[in-house]
Amino acid sequence: MSSRALIFDHSRAGRTAKVQHPQGLAAQVPEHLRRKRRPMLPEVSELQAVRHYTKLSQLNFSIDTHFYPLGSCTMKYNPRACNQLAMLPEFLVRHPLAPESTGQGFMACLYELQEMLKEVTGMKGVSLTPMAGAQGEFAGVAMIRAYHRARGDLARTQIIVPDAAHGTNPATATMCGCTVVEIPSLPDGDIDLEALKQAVGPQTAGIMLTNPSTLGVFERRIHEVAKIVHDAGGLLYYDGANLNAILGKVRPGDMGFDVIHMNLHKTFSTPHGGGGPGSGAVGVSDRLLPFMPIPIVGKEGDRYRWLDERDLPQTIGRLSAFMGNAGVLLRAYVYMRMLGRAGMQRVAEFATLNANYLFARLRQAGFEAAYPGRRASHEFIITLKRQARELGVNAMDFAKRLLDYGFHAPTTYFPLLVPECLLIEPTETEAKEDLDAFVDALVAIQREAEQDAAKVKGAPYTLPVRRLDDVRAAKQLDLTYQPAAAASAGS
Amino acid sequence: MPFIPHTETDVAEMLRTIGVPSIDALFDEIPAALRTRALDGIPEAMSEMEVARLMQERADQDGRPLNFIGAGAYEHHIPAAVWAIVTRGEFYSAYTPYQAEASQGTLQLLYEYQTMMASLTGMQVSNASLYDGASALAEACLMAVRAHRRSKSARILVPATVNPTYLKVARTIAEGQNLKFDILPYEQREGTTQRSSLEAYAGQDITAVVIQQPNFFGLLEDVDAITDWAHANNALVIAVVNPLSLAILKPPGEWGTKGVDIVVGDGQPLGVPLSSGGPYFGFMTTRMEHVRQMPGRIIGRTVDLDGKPGFTLTLQAREQHIRRSKATSNICTNQGLLVTAATIYMSLLGAEGLEQVAAACQQQTNKLVDALTKLRGVKLAFDGPRFHEAVLQLDRNVGEVLEQLARAGIVGGFDLSQQYPELGQALLVCATETRTDGDIERYAKTLAEVMQ
Ligand SMILES: Cc1ncc(COP(=O)(O)O)c(C=O)c1O
Repeated sequence: MSSRALIFDHSRAGRTAKVQHPQGLAAQVPEHLRRKRRPMLPEVSELQAVRHYTKLSQLNFSIDTHFYPLGSCTMKYNPRACNQLAMLPEFLVRHPLAPESTGQGFMACLYELQEMLKEVTGMKGVSLTPMAGAQGEFAGVAMIRAYHRARGDLARTQIIVPDAAHGTNPATATMCGCTVVEIPSLPDGDIDLEALKQAVGPQTAGIMLTNPSTLGVFERRIHEVAKIVHDAGGLLYYDGANLNAILGKVRPGDMGFDVIHMNLHKTFSTPHGGGGPGSGAVGVSDRLLPFMPIPIVGKEGDRYRWLDERDLPQTIGRLSAFMGNAGVLLRAYVYMRMLGRAGMQRVAEFATLNANYLFARLRQAGFEAAYPGRRASHEFIITLKRQARELGVNAMDFAKRLLDYGFHAPTTYFPLLVPECLLIEPTETEAKEDLDAFVDALVAIQREAEQDAAKVKGAPYTLPVRRLDDVRAAKQLDLTYQPAAAASAGS
Repeated sequence: MPFIPHTETDVAEMLRTIGVPSIDALFDEIPAALRTRALDGIPEAMSEMEVARLMQERADQDGRPLNFIGAGAYEHHIPAAVWAIVTRGEFYSAYTPYQAEASQGTLQLLYEYQTMMASLTGMQVSNASLYDGASALAEACLMAVRAHRRSKSARILVPATVNPTYLKVARTIAEGQNLKFDILPYEQREGTTQRSSLEAYAGQDITAVVIQQPNFFGLLEDVDAITDWAHANNALVIAVVNPLSLAILKPPGEWGTKGVDIVVGDGQPLGVPLSSGGPYFGFMTTRMEHVRQMPGRIIGRTVDLDGKPGFTLTLQAREQHIRRSKATSNICTNQGLLVTAATIYMSLLGAEGLEQVAAACQQQTNKLVDALTKLRGVKLAFDGPRFHEAVLQLDRNVGEVLEQLARAGIVGGFDLSQQYPELGQALLVCATETRTDGDIERYAKTLAEVMQ
């Protein structure tokens, strides 16, 4: 079958969009450093490019077009005002290295964002520089290591991670030169405290926890966890990916955490952009203040200035060439100002209401909860292990069939410890009728699975492509387009 | 309620279905002692109109000074079509294409992007982005350690002409895994790295040598000689490049006799606004033999059940969600939307357009250098071939001059005196294609006044 055209298929030698660039210039480059053959870039008109990429966009599911209950990702509505105001021309043309005197308005926004994030998390300091959750995690674990080192406590190189943790947690520990000790969760979703007690010791640098966890439940004995780890000399890291569940309700600082990262692209509604950008701002308790990543916005009188190595000589250092994903930070700032104090608390309330409503309806419809005795947080897990066993229809099949019904699939096969799981996170911005329609779709798929399993297993049918061959993708690597006549792009 | 669609009837029905009396009851598993009372530090909500007013005031406060800084982020003209498409909700509000069938738009675009970047850099494969150029260098160093199985030292040679902030970031990120960075001095008159500075390391176990082209001073390094030296001494080569410059400069895949091993850089010049420092994106390309050591998402073309071609995330066994503590990196969320901008930018400009932009930048920078060095007390530090930046030396305090220029609405360059004290009162200036002859004249005139 024929494929959809690539941008290269529209390309014709000599066709360019002339209004876009200067004309008739020749660069001066010594012969041995000069490019000899042009790169293979498309030669298309402006209309061709616009039409091609507009059409490609239309192949995507997105929040603006579809319910997108991707668990652990908080796919809430991204207000348009946030984008428009972050893209005011003055912000866009501002060079990051321009003198501070020409950036006071921009820095005021960032400073106030730092202050607001301190308030909602209960932490003592905030640095906005990490560019995504995983980089925030890196900053956090690096600070934990720096803290122990500064005390001469060099043996503390182990990071404890619950088995339900997101993959970035153990991967981060490794990047920081730590080793990972995994501890199990109990059947009710809480951490196994006995296993935790066994795991801690003079080698413990800290523990990385998500609360509510990625199992969609609140860790009820968080105080005991904190006590066990602190008593053993370790620090507590809070993975804030699920902050949406507790915004304005509980603060990680009050739970005893020493360091946290927030995913501004989740809780504070900055766009996910087809994969990014994000922002993984970090907050710290008193004892980690000296180690925060730089730069940070400081305020002296009514002037803002960047704090750097000179202000924080013990900093873990810089994580980006400038100050992180500035434009993302402006979007989060606008969002927080529009929500205000009361709006912030409503986020957790309605995210939790939507999740528990969906959870209740799905259970009433016969779907099996992974943690039936528990209250859902802002997300919850159903397991399709019975359907897999009895009907031969698994979580992936349900997910793919949901696409035909016009819903983005929930997160599948994560957390790894729940078999055939769907991790479902509706967020607060979805209306009841959309949740109802989603339930109807899952019920309909269940019926299809019982009557005609092959139909579900063959899904999707209505998307641009049917199920793709991932094995072939990994074995017969095709990672770049190779034109039939490879030399034709040369000049 | 901002962004929350629930009516009172909805809430009542939902609570009934759940079987709880109130929303508050849904938080009953959270220990009461922990519950937050008020968020006193958070201001009251603003309407969209009020926040728009506030943001415009903040923006006005900063104004639009005339910019002559580069130093890793460059002001270019961005065709109107680029961000009009990038901010379409279907790109803007989607996420990582985990459900390939529902994400063919993003996936195909990324495949096209990978093709363009591989070709631009002269390499075989590209990933789908890293955070920025600096963190991409850190990832490249870590990758080199994994890829170079015979090297045990984890030692990386970095010329002092590499962007000093990139080196700082590489240290922050890679030193946890015990990488060691040795700095190579540059030749004081030329401003470039000489092969002789490498000779001290001949015969030693070096994992990789980094080369930045054009270097931080805007000068062109002798990339062939350094690449060949590194390979002759069993080290891998990591190139740090400005992607726009590759329209006119030899691609790293052709440096020396064998070409480099890993190429990284910041993609910002390709359609991404300065935006006060980000979001930008880091790119990485490499040889096919190293693809399994690469960090980040990679898209592959495959076929569906009917044999129809389609695109999907591939080689995921490298990544954190599969391999956890043994992953090549912890990166998960990347900079996808900026890659979308770059792909559309490159499509609109094509190879010829990129060449023209690069040539215009070079021409305007040359004019800027000519205009400024005519002034008494300003001289050019290095005279070799350059791309679109140059180092000037002043006969007085650079920081003070820059402040005075800023008061006149000109952002006059990047002060090098902290990071390169040996250069004295030195200033890194840049003019891209967006700086007209009139802009340059204005800068020269204002500087003349300031330097009087
Ligand atoms: C629980 C959890 N932790 C960490 C992360 C990593 O965040 P990011 O993708 O922004 O790096 C994610 C999300 O992707 C997550 O869901």
